[in-house]
Amino acid sequence: MREKEFRTASSARGGLLFMRNVPGCALGDRVVVRDHRGRKRNGLVIRTSNEVVLVEVFEGTDDLDLERTWARFLEEPYALPLSRELLGRVFDGVGKPRDGRPPLVAGLKRPVNGAPVNPSARAYPREFIQTGVSAIDGMNSLVRGQKLPVFSGSGLPHNPLAAQIVRQAKLPGEEGSFAVVFGAMGVSHADARFFQEDFESSGVLGEVVMFVNLADDPPIERLILPRTALTAAEYLAFDLDMHVLVVLTDMTNYAEALREVATAKGDVPSRKGYPGYLYSDLAEIYERAGRIKERRGSITMIPVVTMPSDDITHPVPDLTGYITEGQIVLARELAARHVYPPVAVLPSLSRLMKDGIGRNYTRDDHPHVANQLFASYAQALEVRNLAAIIGAEELSESDRRYLAFADAFESRFVNQGENEDRSIFDTLAIAWDVLSVLPPEVLTRVTEEELARHHRFGAPRREAAA
Amino acid sequence: MAEILEVNGPILTVRLPEAVIGEQVRVGELGLTGEVIGRDGHDATVQVYEPTDGLRPGEPVRSLGHPLSVELGPGLLGQIFDGVQRPLHAMEALSGDRIERGLAAEPLGGGRRWAFTPRAGLELGAALRGGEVLGTVPENATIEHRILVPPDVAGRLVDFAPAGEYTVEETIARVEDAGGHVHKLRLAHRWPVRVPRPYARRDPATEPLLTGQRILDTFFPVVKGGKAAIPGPFGAGKTVLQHQIARWSNARIVIYVGCGERGNELVDVLESMPRLTDPHTGRPLMERTLLVANTSNMPVVAREASIYVGITIAEYFRDQGLDVVMVADSTSRWAEALREVSGRLRQMPVEEGYPAYLASHLAAFYERAGRVQTLGGESGSIPLIGAVSPPGGDFSEPVTSHTKEIIQAFWALSKSLADARHYPAVDWTESFSGYVPTAARWWHEQVNPAWAAKRAEALALLAQAEELARIVNLVGMEALSAAQRWTLEAAALVREGVLQQSALDEVDSFCSPRKQYLLLDLMLEVYHEGLDLLGSGAPAQQLLKLPVVSRARRWKSLYRSDELERLAACRDEIRAAFDALRKEYARPAEAPR
Repeated sequence: MREKEFRTASSARGGLLFMRNVPGCALGDRVVVRDHRGRKRNGLVIRTSNEVVLVEVFEGTDDLDLERTWARFLEEPYALPLSRELLGRVFDGVGKPRDGRPPLVAGLKRPVNGAPVNPSARAYPREFIQTGVSAIDGMNSLVRGQKLPVFSGSGLPHNPLAAQIVRQAKLPGEEGSFAVVFGAMGVSHADARFFQEDFESSGVLGEVVMFVNLADDPPIERLILPRTALTAAEYLAFDLDMHVLVVLTDMTNYAEALREVATAKGDVPSRKGYPGYLYSDLAEIYERAGRIKERRGSITMIPVVTMPSDDITHPVPDLTGYITEGQIVLARELAARHVYPPVAVLPSLSRLMKDGIGRNYTRDDHPHVANQLFASYAQALEVRNLAAIIGAEELSESDRRYLAFADAFESRFVNQGENEDRSIFDTLAIAWDVLSVLPPEVLTRVTEEELARHHRFGAPRREAAA
Repeated sequence: MAEILEVNGPILTVRLPEAVIGEQVRVGELGLTGEVIGRDGHDATVQVYEPTDGLRPGEPVRSLGHPLSVELGPGLLGQIFDGVQRPLHAMEALSGDRIERGLAAEPLGGGRRWAFTPRAGLELGAALRGGEVLGTVPENATIEHRILVPPDVAGRLVDFAPAGEYTVEETIARVEDAGGHVHKLRLAHRWPVRVPRPYARRDPATEPLLTGQRILDTFFPVVKGGKAAIPGPFGAGKTVLQHQIARWSNARIVIYVGCGERGNELVDVLESMPRLTDPHTGRPLMERTLLVANTSNMPVVAREASIYVGITIAEYFRDQGLDVVMVADSTSRWAEALREVSGRLRQMPVEEGYPAYLASHLAAFYERAGRVQTLGGESGSIPLIGAVSPPGGDFSEPVTSHTKEIIQAFWALSKSLADARHYPAVDWTESFSGYVPTAARWWHEQVNPAWAAKRAEALALLAQAEELARIVNLVGMEALSAAQRWTLEAAALVREGVLQQSALDEVDSFCSPRKQYLLLDLMLEVYHEGLDLLGSGAPAQQLLKLPVVSRARRWKSLYRSDELERLAACRDEIRAAFDALRKEYARPAEAPR
């Protein structure tokens, strides 16, 4: 191996180090940068020619003295050591221990930029995961191998929701080996502690690998953190046959770090200063979720995306929505009315739900019930808007029922306790309860048999079908 | 000495003195495939279709001497290719779950032997033109593959193989051109993807492309040879609608290009197509389908190529005299790939970072759709349907607005309809189709002369209801007359009983033209009966309570497209219900006595 140290730094800005005269250096190679105090920083070659090599330095380029900076080119891609000992550990974005314990010793190392999965090797995700949260299980069901982000806003309870999902997620009737990979990018100390304590108190800490970059850590490290975390997840899922739940929070911080570096590189900006390749870059991360044929493990991903100013059309949530298989949207308005989790079900969606629920997975009537809840709630919100204008007294009797339905739906179906773990059958029973506020003839998305079996509107006064 | 000078993501600067722009190259020790996109003295700019990690300055570069081309011949159908026509199933066998770099695999799987039948009456010495049929190969039970003389070859047939089994590599004929050069013809030939395949002339489209989707076929039709776009924010149902078109449209061949989209969705197509049967032929849908897949995590440069690979394969089947629907999901990702490459080349951006040539590239691409008379003298067509993913659902962004100027059918998906789970979420006020007159002729002859009138009436009803809904939102339902309330209800009936169509409902997923017409006619019948009754003094409340009004919403999923007599019998149910009510109100003055 040809390892050489160079002292030819020509400029440094925004986490990027320009090195002159480093011949034959490969794209994506690992670099160790040593500053004048002898401290080491990690870097990656992101552009290379014989004249100039551009190095991304994860710890940042602050107080580098160009004349006294040495860069060692390691002739290998950025790789993460992998073994079962990962579980229960805490690392930083580049894979160095953060928990005061020694680094991982492992024979196996994998580059953090995994090669893309061949689409024809993928298996279609169709196993329903019960999260115990009605708004998700009932109407936006999660399946194994799905990537389902939580779109939130600052101050909304996305962290408790993510923690609740981690605690409660299971396949009904199966106790398999599972693991959690938790990647935190730019989160506050308080949030990081919240998750750590939550994992500890629920006893899952031994099954969790944490990769943590805090708000006051160098932002550029956030660029490699999800890749490191997913390399660990792929190892656990596809080498050790585990079902891995990956929580990445907060992808908006990741994208901001990407923008910072792109600006420093002088990339052409597209929307809001984000580089044109933000979509491809996010996709490289999100598409690592999934299932692979003939492998027993799976990677299910729950990225948390905070929407700046609650704007769902902001580039980060927008592009995320185009890549992920749906989204869970949290609404400030529901949170203000003390609905937990404040899931706005109408803009929420799970694209893989259709094949993971119903007969053989949950219950026959589940798809119809979900559909009916969506349709009735959409109608009910229209009525609520109308009532706000003309007053509830002016509403017709049927409209007043819709108002009652909206209230029951929010306070009984969506609303639940942070530690309340509802089975899918509990969820469906509550769903029929709230649907029973409405008369059967407006429920056209469920079949007549299902109405007969589950619907309990007032006294039984249904007309016989014509 | 040909070597790499600089590596900048997928873009390389190489020293390659004789490079031709558009030429294919192999770079590095791994032999990654790329394309020359620019020249500057002895240096060339190369875009690479594979991840470039690990490439270093000084590694060798080799030019291949031909542009990016596809192999066209038997064995295409039922396959899934990547953006540069590498067969993904074969790649899986070579490198496992993940796509390793520098792999090459024969697109048509080399070794397989195909039963070739020479065209009857084709004798040695015959003068052959480009695009003429040499013979046929039964590709599968659905498609008889015609073997064509490549469009750029013409001359005298000097050698011709007898009927028998051949691989795509073997020579089956020799043609001597005017210059005395002898061309060896195989079952397959290559064609550069960025050059549209020639045809004899363009013909106007005459027939609608039937997709089995009511909102499209009945309200915003596209024709065989037409151009349509599906713009919509995420979650509005673009992909499901594209899948539905790929599944149910009455084209002979379906080319589905997944360009920068989700891997799991392609798996869904791959897994569901073999299980579904074509309502037009009764055969498995996979036999007529071909997928080109560049998922969002696959290299961005191959994404740019994937669209051209797809359309070139479509043109090849068109040249065999077939109707080929090409579905591209999504053209925005292709445009973004253009933007990414142009950004790395430091080209001046115009709108939102897109290069100035975006509009012309888009227009040239969509122009490859159309109905033509082929060089072989037959009629073939390509309807081209592109999804557009506007950032934030904003239709004024560059890709959507340029596309809108080019296409003639615009199926605008609406977030608010999707939120209320009204699928397909095609917004009837924002969508348009320039093909209505052409389609009307067909419906008039094949289904019912009243089609155009009913369609117009339904659209007018929907528009009227929208007006009324605005009034209701201001002053409440009480301000409306009985007739107006009934109009609102009838519009809801059209929306739920006709426009909404569940892709997941086994019965309703595909809807034949006759069923489409009948459903619309029945809903309008309910509307008319109600208007009539209101005229004779019945209160609107009574009408709204009629069970038939609620039941009518279920008819679409109660009767299959081949059970139309039973659906037609619902007309009696309507009449009976309204007649009963009519009797009550016919003699209102006498009733109390």
